[in-house]
Amino acid sequence: MTSLARPRSRGLRGNEGPFGWLFTLPAILILGTFLVIPILLAVWVSFSNWNGLGPPVGGQAEFVGAANYAEVLTQPGLARRDFGIAIRNNLYYVLFVVPIQTAVALFLAVQVNQKVLKARGFFRTAFYFPSVTSSVAITVVFLYLFGASGVVNGVLNWLRVRGPNWFADPRGVFHIVLSWLGVDSVPSFLAGEGPLGVTWWEWIAGPSVAMTALIALAVFTTSGTFMLLFLAGLQAIGQDIEEAALVDGAGPVRKFFSITLPMLKPTLFTVLTLGLIATWQVFDQIYLTGGGAPAKTTLTPAFLAYSASFESLKWGRGAAISFILFGIIVVLTIFQRWLLRDREGSRRNRRRRARMAQVGAMAAITTGGGHGTGGGAGE
Amino acid sequence: MKTHKHWRAVLLLAVVALIAAACGGDGTEDTSIPITSGDEAPATTADTGDAGDTDSTEGEDGDTGSAEGGSMTMLIGSSGDAETNAVQAAVDAWGEESGVSVEVIAANDLTQQLGQGFSGGNPPDIFYMSWDQFQTYAANGYLEPYAEELSNADAYYQSLRDTFTYDGTFYCAPKDFSTLGLVINTDAWEEAGLTDDDIPTNWDELAQVAEALTTDSRAGLSFGLEYARIGVFMNQAGGSLVSEDGTTATADSPENLQALEYVQSLVEAGSLRFPSELGAGWAGEAFGQQTAAMVIEGPWINGALANDYPDVNYRVVELPEGPAGPSTFVFTNCWGIPAGSETRDLAVDLVEFLTSDEQQLAFSEAFGVIPSTESAAAVYAEQFPENEAFVAGNDYSVSPIAFAGAAEVIADFNASLEGFATGGDAQTILTTLQANLQAALDAANAG
Repeated sequence: MTSLARPRSRGLRGNEGPFGWLFTLPAILILGTFLVIPILLAVWVSFSNWNGLGPPVGGQAEFVGAANYAEVLTQPGLARRDFGIAIRNNLYYVLFVVPIQTAVALFLAVQVNQKVLKARGFFRTAFYFPSVTSSVAITVVFLYLFGASGVVNGVLNWLRVRGPNWFADPRGVFHIVLSWLGVDSVPSFLAGEGPLGVTWWEWIAGPSVAMTALIALAVFTTSGTFMLLFLAGLQAIGQDIEEAALVDGAGPVRKFFSITLPMLKPTLFTVLTLGLIATWQVFDQIYLTGGGAPAKTTLTPAFLAYSASFESLKWGRGAAISFILFGIIVVLTIFQRWLLRDREGSRRNRRRRARMAQVGAMAAITTGGGHGTGGGAGE
Repeated sequence: MKTHKHWRAVLLLAVVALIAAACGGDGTEDTSIPITSGDEAPATTADTGDAGDTDSTEGEDGDTGSAEGGSMTMLIGSSGDAETNAVQAAVDAWGEESGVSVEVIAANDLTQQLGQGFSGGNPPDIFYMSWDQFQTYAANGYLEPYAEELSNADAYYQSLRDTFTYDGTFYCAPKDFSTLGLVINTDAWEEAGLTDDDIPTNWDELAQVAEALTTDSRAGLSFGLEYARIGVFMNQAGGSLVSEDGTTATADSPENLQALEYVQSLVEAGSLRFPSELGAGWAGEAFGQQTAAMVIEGPWINGALANDYPDVNYRVVELPEGPAGPSTFVFTNCWGIPAGSETRDLAVDLVEFLTSDEQQLAFSEAFGVIPSTESAAAVYAEQFPENEAFVAGNDYSVSPIAFAGAAEVIADFNASLEGFATGGDAQTILTTLQANLQAALDAANAG
């Protein structure tokens, strides 16, 4: 990162510009053909009524303005309601998967990074294993595990708990909790229609029981990948800093929250961003578990884009949904970037505190430098 | 400097997200491994014979490999090797005469692969076109209306012709059909002390035998909780979803309500349980595992049972009549040819060959489908008396609604039915269905 940011110099090398363009031309052409043009084409499709027959440009497809976007965002009807339900499902999926998988990945990384742990290699491989397995295979395994008389329910039964029929249970978990508290019917203040044609009561349903099984699946498969990223981040933390903290008398908890976590912030940003992008695009699992079944509670925008395009032949609507999804991801990523930004003031405070604790000038410099290298590795 | 770095990072992220979003949107080719639920697809598997010895060898002239040459591709939604091999053998026999080699491709996900072929400008020359996608495809101008040219155009069942008629034009030749029947586990039947006289002929009797067959470990009756099954009860009660002229939704009617309430009463009596409650993917699986004594399924259940549960003894009878008479659903595929295809004439010739009575009966023997022409179906009913009920059902069968845009409405109806099992309100479901259906009809008729 830092080396790229070097200011462009003129003078001796000033006339090398055209050659630079020449050398990058193959890359530009390849990216243009396979990336930029398809994306522009998709933008066009999202504003057209292309039905998949003939070429999208120059054929029968006509420009229809923002009609495809209006159908799923503003016009009352099934299309908007489906989109609203898909957004709700995916929102809960993201809200549960991203924090849990990040926490689990960090926990695992810290554990397998311990020098005292025996058979570290074994554990690292074991935790990483689900990530290299096909998500299709894992989904099929989960379908069996969470079947009505599957292993999960077998264990629950053994604990004298009657497990739900996981993949066939459309009840939202928040609704279930509310029903325990005696709220069985829809309270009148929640019966009204909320955004996207979905009632407030439906918005607060939480993930369905079926979706929680998919959440467990996502955490299981992706934690290993992010554990690896955290592990790399952890190993970039110098031994001397840890020793310095030890000299200061920091316990393991204090060390984790005051040294490890702040220094892992760039990695944390990467993990959260990748997690956010992947979870908003969940498709494979949905496709394999029946395309939104039970009762559309596992429907996601990515799957909706697919079914609108391939099943209803409304390619414009499918493309529009994809771009809305893209917008959501970009906005959330920027928001998260802002949330995790370096607060200049607080860092100075931390440094001053470090100095006052007389850790020594050496350690303080390493902390600052460590930040930079960590950032490079993370991004 | 600092801010520059920030913006560059944001830009980088935006690009990464864009790539990823684009992939999420349409890069789905690599995930096409379907979990078959064994529903409408005629998922039969050969138990009746070997494909090899059943192909018709009518090419008497024997001018193999004529100079014409050329090749075509055929995309089929195959139920298994038996079907793929039988179709390949048939097109090879045709190829001997015509000199055209046809490559048969068994799709993993027919709808997805067809969509991809058409949108990429490279559709297969001939393909299976399912009843539920037909209207959508025809409305979007994907299909070549060739069926009236066939010499046997009048030989098909009228209900099948209707299924593949769009805007007054008979588009494509039905290749076979399936209807729904009541499949009964004969061991459980005898165990419950029931005889042939007890075969249910109306709703009351169905409720009675379902109750008699219900035990702690077994539901008397089971079927998928979806329009493709519930709709039969609606039709039997005299209800419908769309008016005759296809302009008005008629979902919110007392007849449909009666049907839903009847199904609900079976659930409340404990004699009807849905496959997911029985730990099965579809009703046929529950039937095979003997957790359901009766199921409402089509002829595809024969292959599934022969393959996975050969020990289950069963028979198939016609569905009991409702208050307004008998009714069942018919599901079918046709041989689709893309509009304006270069190989159109060859493909029509191939369809003519494949839909001949002789060839259809060969397919029946190989993988159990029922021929689409009345004459061949009559022969089939004699050859396979155990499937007579499925053939008989076609006399009063109707096709499930499938107009362009109906799929989303039906998907929503199916989703709302899932709450219905746990005591949902039938009237609310029908009111919602009515509104969605009318909106979809208006859109379809406007376009």
